[in-house]
Amino acid sequence: MVAIGTVGLGGPGALGGGALIGEIDEAGAPRPPAGRRWQRPPAWRLVILVIAFLFYAFPFAAAVKYSLVQSDGSFGFNNYSQIVSDGAVRDSLYTSLEISAIAAVAVVLLMLPTVVLVRLRLPRLTLLLEGVTILPLVVPPIVLASGLAHLQGSAPEWLVKLWFNHPLTGLTPTYVVLAMPFSYRAIDTGVRAIDLRTLVDASRSLGASWFMTLTRVILPNVETAVLGAIFLTVALCMGEVVLSSIMLYNNVLPVEMIQVGASSPGVSVAISILALVFVFVLLFSLSFLARRRRGSTSVRVI
Amino acid sequence: MIRFEGVQRHYGSVAALAGLDLEIADGELVALLGPSGCGKTTALRILGGFDHPTAGRLLVDGRDITGVPANKRDMGMVFQAYSLFPNMDVRNNVAFGLRMRRQDKASRLQRADELLELVGLVEHADRYPHQLSGGQQQRVAIARALAIEPKVLLLDEPLSALDARVRAQLRVEIRNLQQRLGITTLFVTHDQSEALSMADRVGVMQSGRLEQLDTPENVYRHPATAFAAEFVGAMNRLPGRMGDAGDVQVLGQRLSVLNPDGREPGAPVQALLRPEAVSVVRDTAGAGEVTQRTFLGASVRLEVVLDGGQKVLVEASSHDVGVEVGTRVGLRILADAVVVASPGVAPDPEATPVVA
Repeated sequence: MVAIGTVGLGGPGALGGGALIGEIDEAGAPRPPAGRRWQRPPAWRLVILVIAFLFYAFPFAAAVKYSLVQSDGSFGFNNYSQIVSDGAVRDSLYTSLEISAIAAVAVVLLMLPTVVLVRLRLPRLTLLLEGVTILPLVVPPIVLASGLAHLQGSAPEWLVKLWFNHPLTGLTPTYVVLAMPFSYRAIDTGVRAIDLRTLVDASRSLGASWFMTLTRVILPNVETAVLGAIFLTVALCMGEVVLSSIMLYNNVLPVEMIQVGASSPGVSVAISILALVFVFVLLFSLSFLARRRRGSTSVRVI
Repeated sequence: MIRFEGVQRHYGSVAALAGLDLEIADGELVALLGPSGCGKTTALRILGGFDHPTAGRLLVDGRDITGVPANKRDMGMVFQAYSLFPNMDVRNNVAFGLRMRRQDKASRLQRADELLELVGLVEHADRYPHQLSGGQQQRVAIARALAIEPKVLLLDEPLSALDARVRAQLRVEIRNLQQRLGITTLFVTHDQSEALSMADRVGVMQSGRLEQLDTPENVYRHPATAFAAEFVGAMNRLPGRMGDAGDVQVLGQRLSVLNPDGREPGAPVQALLRPEAVSVVRDTAGAGEVTQRTFLGASVRLEVVLDGGQKVLVEASSHDVGVEVGTRVGLRILADAVVVASPGVAPDPEATPVVA
């Protein structure tokens, strides 16, 4: 049962998130003109829809039911209230959220200006950048993990104190790097979809500084893409297990979930469900933002 | 006043601008005209601060602005591509420049409405760019460029993406607006009729050089070089020979030469003659035969093939010409001065003008 919960956010979770973003994009695409007569879809489509729905809904419903079973066999919210009352779980949730927030901000601050700079001034570096950003996917995570663990073991004490002593400093930079394949592509696709040079020139000629051009002109027009990058980064931070457990950061949410799962599986599943709900809320707010400007050209996130 | 002083721009070994000297007086509209790749857009982008000269200086009212970044130059620019910010409505697009100048919200939005009034789009102020037609978008772009009360207005082929009817209309509107506000304007185009009809002075450019800078009438009637002659308007090339006194003999007539350039007497040249500078007379012993006749309303365009195989385009008033295809005609040249080109130098295919 634990596995069901972690799949939503675990290592493969990042890829699952990718697929979900694709669906959002469809929602933002131009819809058929209103007033077109609604036609009953053929029966086989309904059948497929129902099967697919059951395929996803059944394990989820089972997990919800399981999380509601209390230790004495009755139904209740004990497992959920334990998340709040269990200090370790709460703290690990906060830590993971902090890591997510900082990593998401760092990804945007790093990637958006880089992509804009390369597109405008250094187009010859595009290939190099594409190569570099794909590296975290090409190099197996275990290599990265053992490399970091080795560094952790052999680094001078001041560096260990500065960098590795806390998961915030130890994991956030690593997650920013791990998120690069997704964040770069999401933002690059968004920037490609706008007439960057003309917008930048127009903004500059009207007296805007580079900062104003980035924040007032470029960012709002690649909003969906940037949100996509943020979402993927958050999903990665909330679900990554391999690195954090190898580097012995036990007080982050995914590792904590596994530990709790060993002693009280109900609580672990409850956390998974909450995490899933969190992701859905994130997704819906994303699609809401994407649809806010209706009729504007849809920007593919991935 | 704007001054380009020996401005050069090299991309590697390619010279996009090979030393441009140009002065634009206050309130003047200068059009740079030339085929693509002639350096006209580079000149405009350098003035706008989007590109930087490899050598030379740029002066505005005597002040050197060569190193001033684009956002400090006070130049309003209208682009060829639609350049409105998609995330802002029309009013906020127009007010953007004032917002960057920290003007308070109420006054900048009021100013935006005034400018939208000027371009006749005030009722569209709440729309977003994607809800406007191309012509409307370019009008908003003009209002946005004017909102910051720029010293100079830069127009980078702003009409080329529009359809013909809107283009003709906007051409008149832009010119009226420019004259009313008395704003110094640099206009870049590859459309000769646009340049001739809108500009105070037209600069014809080729390969990074200014070939001629003069009033539209002079550029048309007294082209300085063969290139300028052939890029602006339709042109005949007729073989002739240089005479002793800087003149040329063409079709048995003596004409003075506008660009002798030290050519030897007796040297073979080609005289460049506009279709309307040639007339036909019905003559059974004439030198050529009418092979094509196109009625254009006010005028008739005839293609005459001389006995040597040389084709000559003739444009004459439709009232005077009563010749049909197959009629033998004699040719008479009405101009008394022509530009000559060296024979064998084929006209640049890209420079071949569209016969209007």
